[in-house]
Amino acid sequence: MTDLTQEMISAEIADRHLREQGSTTVHPRRDFAPYRSTVLRHPTHELVRADPEEIERVSPAFGHTDVAVHESDLTIQHAGEPLGERIIVTGRVLDGDGLPVRGQLVEVWQANAGGRYAHKRDQHPAPLDPNFTGVGRIITGDDGSYRLTTIKPGPYPWRNHRNAWRPAHIHFSFFGTAFTQRLITQMYFPGDPLFGLDPIYQSITDPAARARLVARYDHEVSQSERALGYRWDVVLTGPRATWTEPEGSDHA
Amino acid sequence: MPEQTPGQTVGPFFGFALPYDGGPEVRAPWQPDAIRLHGIVLDGEGSPVPDAVIEVWGADGDGRPSTERGSLDRDPHGFTGFGRAATSEDGHYAFSTVKPGVGRPGSAPYVVLAVFARGLLHHLLTRAYFGDEPDANAIDPLLRRVDPDRRGTLVATVDGPRSYRLDLRLQGPGETVFLDYGTEQ
Ligand SMILES: [Fe+3]
Repeated sequence: MTDLTQEMISAEIADRHLREQGSTTVHPRRDFAPYRSTVLRHPTHELVRADPEEIERVSPAFGHTDVAVHESDLTIQHAGEPLGERIIVTGRVLDGDGLPVRGQLVEVWQANAGGRYAHKRDQHPAPLDPNFTGVGRIITGDDGSYRLTTIKPGPYPWRNHRNAWRPAHIHFSFFGTAFTQRLITQMYFPGDPLFGLDPIYQSITDPAARARLVARYDHEVSQSERALGYRWDVVLTGPRATWTEPEGSDHA
Repeated sequence: MPEQTPGQTVGPFFGFALPYDGGPEVRAPWQPDAIRLHGIVLDGEGSPVPDAVIEVWGADGDGRPSTERGSLDRDPHGFTGFGRAATSEDGHYAFSTVKPGVGRPGSAPYVVLAVFARGLLHHLLTRAYFGDEPDANAIDPLLRRVDPDRRGTLVATVDGPRSYRLDLRLQGPGETVFLDYGTEQ
């Protein structure tokens, strides 16, 4: 186990946030050292700007042949009911113009109520739930909407540093209208006390961007005697502007 | 304008959720036009990355993107252009797909790759061009813009009959050229 303390990690996060104050970069910094696994896994060269061709301006087609209706309800995949707090998560997937991303694939995976994944490498000694796998798939509707019934996942420990805990989250994967809009991210729950301590969440240095990963409680979505409701909308933007090849940039 | 949702790492525990039966078989391997595209994902110390997931997206043999549904539940006679493969314990990924036709006149054929991994906070995009297309590669606008010393990282080498190899180095010597399509902000 690592000798790094939460205080050391938190100080690194604070220092980085201070240096990047005012930056409006949306995505996490790939070279965010407080998340130790990034150290050898981020590119050091600047990315090369590419002009998307047709293949990059369209997206794979998914449809109802790919996904069964019951795959959006993670609480009915086994003989019995899973343990934990039943929730509904719903929202819309939009592109950068605010148009719905229709008929596209959304995939989710998560830990159970005790914070344990049904994954062979998960060593967290919390109990597995025989009635919960934690995998779901949805095809978005004509208005870009998705709706998921599941169990609120528990926070879980990880070995980034001593006493490191991930805030409760659901992993989400989205396809947009173009392959360049592909997105894998994590949805969090409002008011989690672990937000400030988590180097993965804090790798997004703009607080406004970070807040967009937090669902909001929506009483209209809650169902009497059954489930609490959360709403989370997602935006997948394409290239911001048409890009043209700069002149004289040819190395050949 | 609605604001972009940030990405997050795929984490270590996607293995029971993202890979699916037939995910790496974009084109059934027994089809006469099937090719193999494979390689190893490596970190900055040259160690294999056993917890990455690679996606491919490519046009058909005529250079046209497929609009066929069914990438998760494939028709073995069809072609949807999309595939997904998790790396093995030794960092290896492998797809069976087709070599795309040329998309834009003057471009070389390529497939797009998306790389996700534990420790990679936001995915990376790159292209796999083909080593047996030297003439087309020589005039491809993107390849020409890349530093000649690094251009080879985008070109899969022929390593057998209908087989191409492209290693993906996330960092360090021979670091793969990763691409920004204007969605990096
Ligand atoms: Fe997780």
